[in-house]
Amino acid sequence: MIDMHNLSDIHGLTLAQTAHALAEKKFSSREVTQHYLDRIARLDKNYNAFITVTADLALAEADAADARRAAGNAAFLTGVPFAHKDIFCTQGVRTSCGSRMLDNFISPYDATVVAKYREQGMVMLGKTNMDEFAMGSSNETSFYGPVKNPWDTGCVPGGSSGGSAASVAARLVPGATATDTGGSIRQPAALCGITGLKPTYGRVSRWGMIAFASSLDQAGPMARTAEDVALMLGAMAGFDPKDSTVLDRPVPDYTATLANDLTGLKIGVPREYFGEGLHADTATQVQNALREYEKLGATLVDISLPHSALAVPAYYVIAPAECSANLSRFDGVRYGHRCEKPQDLNDLYCRSRAEGFGEEVKRRILVGAYALSAGFYDAYYRKAQQVRRLIQQDFVDAFKQVDVIMGPTSPSPAFAFGSKGSDPVAMYLEDIYTIATNLAGLPGMSLPCGFVDSKPVGLQIIGNYFDEARMLNVAHRYQLTTAWHTQSPVEAVV
Amino acid sequence: MAIERQQVEQLARLARLSLDESTLARTTASLGDVLALIDQLQAADTTGIEPMAHPLDAVQRLRDDVVTEPNQREALQAIAPAVQDGLFLVPKVIE
Amino acid sequence: MSWETVIGLEIHVQLATKTKIFSGSSTAFGAEPNTQACAIDLALPGTLPVLNAEAVRMALLFGLAINAEIPKRSVFERKNYFYPDLPKGYQTSQLAEPIVGAGYIDIDLANGSSKRVRIHHAHLEEDAGKSLHEDFAGQSGIDLNRAGTPLIEIVTEPDIRTAEEAVAFAKKLHAIVTTLGICDGEMSQGSMRFDVNISVRKPGAPLGTRTETKNLNSFRFMEEAIALEVERQIDVIEDGGRVIQETRLYNGDTKTARSMRSKEEANDYRYFPCPDLLPVVIEDSYLAQLRASLPELPDAKRKRFVEQYGLSQDDATQLSAERATSEFYEQTVTASGDAKLAANWVMVELMAALKRSNLAVQHSPVSSEQLGGMIARIKDGTISGKIAKQVFELMWTEGGSADDIIDKQGLKQVSDSGAIEKIVDDIIAANPQQVENYRGASEDKRPKMLGFFVGQIMKVSQGKANPQQVNEILLKKLS
Ligand SMILES: [Mg+2]
Ligand SMILES: [Zn+2]
Repeated sequence: MIDMHNLSDIHGLTLAQTAHALAEKKFSSREVTQHYLDRIARLDKNYNAFITVTADLALAEADAADARRAAGNAAFLTGVPFAHKDIFCTQGVRTSCGSRMLDNFISPYDATVVAKYREQGMVMLGKTNMDEFAMGSSNETSFYGPVKNPWDTGCVPGGSSGGSAASVAARLVPGATATDTGGSIRQPAALCGITGLKPTYGRVSRWGMIAFASSLDQAGPMARTAEDVALMLGAMAGFDPKDSTVLDRPVPDYTATLANDLTGLKIGVPREYFGEGLHADTATQVQNALREYEKLGATLVDISLPHSALAVPAYYVIAPAECSANLSRFDGVRYGHRCEKPQDLNDLYCRSRAEGFGEEVKRRILVGAYALSAGFYDAYYRKAQQVRRLIQQDFVDAFKQVDVIMGPTSPSPAFAFGSKGSDPVAMYLEDIYTIATNLAGLPGMSLPCGFVDSKPVGLQIIGNYFDEARMLNVAHRYQLTTAWHTQSPVEAVV
Repeated sequence: MAIERQQVEQLARLARLSLDESTLARTTASLGDVLALIDQLQAADTTGIEPMAHPLDAVQRLRDDVVTEPNQREALQAIAPAVQDGLFLVPKVIE
Repeated sequence: MSWETVIGLEIHVQLATKTKIFSGSSTAFGAEPNTQACAIDLALPGTLPVLNAEAVRMALLFGLAINAEIPKRSVFERKNYFYPDLPKGYQTSQLAEPIVGAGYIDIDLANGSSKRVRIHHAHLEEDAGKSLHEDFAGQSGIDLNRAGTPLIEIVTEPDIRTAEEAVAFAKKLHAIVTTLGICDGEMSQGSMRFDVNISVRKPGAPLGTRTETKNLNSFRFMEEAIALEVERQIDVIEDGGRVIQETRLYNGDTKTARSMRSKEEANDYRYFPCPDLLPVVIEDSYLAQLRASLPELPDAKRKRFVEQYGLSQDDATQLSAERATSEFYEQTVTASGDAKLAANWVMVELMAALKRSNLAVQHSPVSSEQLGGMIARIKDGTISGKIAKQVFELMWTEGGSADDIIDKQGLKQVSDSGAIEKIVDDIIAANPQQVENYRGASEDKRPKMLGFFVGQIMKVSQGKANPQQVNEILLKKLS
């Protein structure tokens, strides 16, 4: 049990508990902010979870939050510290997207997600590390070096939101923002033993969120509990006139329905998610979680998502195609990396981009250019878009019979650095269970459901369109009767 | 389906990426791996399936024709690699 | 056997919106470099497009004006290529599903005949910025104020056969878009830019290899560039060579053209639907509303001018072509009450004067009210057409109404028969010999000889004597 009066235990509190404690004036925002800044200063050298720590800014925001509370107009999350994935543009603060290309990029404007958290009076501690341009599942593609998994610093934290996941797992922040294009919230959440949610496409504004694949990217929260995630999602979701692809529909109070009873809940269990390729011990942990849900009154329904095997191939046409165009703006002309002494215009382009981008980013740009090029468009891009519809239809049919779908988040627990070797496809298969939901635009989340060799395993919950409230309810009820989400790694020794 | 080295060179030209010898060899090999993966799509029967460009079947929202952006040149060019007289500088453009 | 020229046009028309197609930056012409280029126009990371409703409305108005099919749905795509004036590295344009489908424009030729030119489609897209080549220590300067300005690109079928037809088409198109108010028509500012696809063949033979001459921004340049390119292609072929497909650039100053090598590099634009924008869907009710809002178009106006004002086809064509001119003309008719006189004065004196001080009609120092008021005085015989020219001159330089000028300058026509009779008597008395000759001359010679006396009388009366009266009295006195 946490002693609210012992400030050294603050990092033991969940985000929700921290917000309540601030409301009850158990401690000030400056105190909790300083506490986390100290932890980051002391511990992050072991994890490399942060690209930029904004200590002075954070303390100033904390003081402003305390003043706001004193003035009696604090919001529930006012004064709560957190971190932004370095993919969100933050005015006046470097926004690198994990790339040398943007190592010198001080954003002149705020992302909508950033602005919304500012309005709440939340306190940004810094910008978290990530795979370059969110392209990766291990954080090994970051220009700033890989993030280490707090449960085993010899292993990857997953990616692309590895810095956000690790910072939450290591109790360097109570919560962090992240993005998910093919599993970049859920897979690192699973590998780091935390809770993360990728909302329905169009739930959260993409304005100011540096694009990887525009029709797949979606921002979401990472924290220790479903309750924390519900609070963070409520603060970031909603309409934005600056994004043509965000929907104008009300944002429910995700905390209001957290405790709803699960009796009669129908859980779809897709055969295809338990086939070969799934690590046996991981499967066992996920099965145990499903048993737990039966105890909570849910019924399991065996379902099929017949086109699952085509999700990864379709994704690796569509995502690279979109990224090949999205990354053309990085040309060394208006911002970002520019090569030394360009011979001519073409040299400026080719060298600035070759120097600014890492190998995986270049590979995806080339794959995308290939899939779109004359003569291949129909065979690859058009075909992938057709398969995308087939995959969506699988889910539409499934949700006629079930309320949520459950399965593993990733095929295995955290793996050792470099263990995926030189074949990029081995890494791509990490997202075999998460990618389909991005193609369909459905919401998905991951929550801790056990350990394998003392490394966390994630349970994935896939919901119907805009059914985040129910998913959070389903996750919360599980966390009321299990303790996996309360486990924290032993602090790595300096 | 394997990819030829000169195809990769052509793609790199289109994408404005200079690839040195070693990178080019490595990239050609790994692109081959990725293409083998995406070639699995050919197995799918998609006859009569409407391509899906977007997860939402919503329609484009329209913006009122009102000026909302004041001059922000100073702030926006503060992060530019090379400017002169308010212009972004690049090596001479030959048409 | 002679050569046949086959011409197709692609025209970029800048839409007269206040803001850009995907951002809230102003599109006003001539601002300081990059002061109208926001984060979206600069393609900063994380920025996103939102479509300007006015650009859609204007594109649809054009579609309705050329009797085009308007698809229910249109889609924006990305056209990928690198160029410093293209910040995103792709142009947001339309390809497979443009906003305006097939339509047509009828053009009027000098010989009075008219010809139908089919429009393949018209699509919405964004303009690029500008590369300024004047030297910045061997570098180019990029101004992105124009980047993101809404354009419609209009693509014709290869129905045009001569430079004359091409120019007639261009002028008709100019008349349509200015009448619709969707483009300011300022060619010198690049508001309308023509790409001309030209090939030659023997009549009946399959199409020859075409070249594209880009970015012609005046009717004259277009005419010159076509003539030059047709001649070049014929020479190439007749010298046993073959035309190669290429993009060419015409220089209006040197009257020469050259191949644009930079564009020759094999381009693969890798179009695909833009995932940041959703399909544009046009509701029938909205389309009906726009159709109802269509102004009278040049063809309809010309027809009306012929019927309502009894003008000749040529006069009606000239007066209906430009919105400003036709409005000025009709206001002049109202103010003067004489459509024929108004037509002559607008087309002859006014146009000449405007041309001399090269002004657009909307900036004419003589207003339609002033001109109409003067014409009314011609009509009621207060002044003669000859005097009117002086009055017009004074209105142009000093301003003021015709009536004031006529009073101040005492230009009122003399219709007092007593006064005129006195002058006639004096002239007859002063020229006995001419009177002799006249009286002795045969009927057929007399009119000509009468002119002498009229001239003398007008001289003495400083042109103010009423010509009809002068004639009557003269004849009476001489017979
Ligand atoms: Mg064109
Ligand atoms: Zn165009």
